[in-house]
Amino acid sequence: MKVLYFAWLRQRTGIGEETVSPPPSVRNVAGLVEWLRTRGPGHAEALKDLSAIRVAVNQEFATVDAAISPDDEIALFPPMTGG
Amino acid sequence: MAVRIQREDFDPGREIQALTAGSTSVGGVASFIGLVRAVAGDKHVGAMTLEHYPGMTEKMLAEIDAEANRRWPLQASLIVHRYGRLEPGDRIVLVITASAHREAALEACHFLIDWLKTKAPFWKLEETGDGESRWVEARSSDDAAAGRWARPRDKNAAE
Repeated sequence: MKVLYFAWLRQRTGIGEETVSPPPSVRNVAGLVEWLRTRGPGHAEALKDLSAIRVAVNQEFATVDAAISPDDEIALFPPMTGG
Repeated sequence: MAVRIQREDFDPGREIQALTAGSTSVGGVASFIGLVRAVAGDKHVGAMTLEHYPGMTEKMLAEIDAEANRRWPLQASLIVHRYGRLEPGDRIVLVITASAHREAALEACHFLIDWLKTKAPFWKLEETGDGESRWVEARSSDDAAAGRWARPRDKNAAE
């Protein structure tokens, strides 16, 4: 699946997007974030506080308990500040 | 109904002209233009960079625009939002609504900018001098402003 990072999540992980293959035990966004934290110190730092992160699954806002599957595009970002 | 995401500046007068050209049923046009301020709290802002989520941004703005057109009888509407590096005084966002009467145009314009702030995937990085930069934090007052447009059936979704 494709994972996208924006704003300070992009800066702290050091990447804007990556393709990952989490184990089958990862079933929702919260599980994915927990697994992504193990990918390196940048990821661990960026993803340490789940409550600071907003989520979109396939470009629709979602909650951390949203189910995910291998073909999904998951975006992780801070609360938005447009306008 | 139209939305545009672009790096370049826009000309508000020209956009209003284009939106209402040829129409004789529009009785009122409302617009909102957001500009970059040189001050954020007690800090001087030298510039800001707007990042967005290509694809989802267009989708969300189109959904917000469609919602405004469901709620008010608009003859035309336009949202233009810029991204990239902007300096104080630069235009960031433009909302234009046109209707037969002023109430619909004014209310829909207010609704669009309030909803856009909390539902469109944009993030601002401010340069505060000395090479320092910081990501602007979302404000609870923006959520409150968006929440006032919530209807009973979608109140939970908006909060």
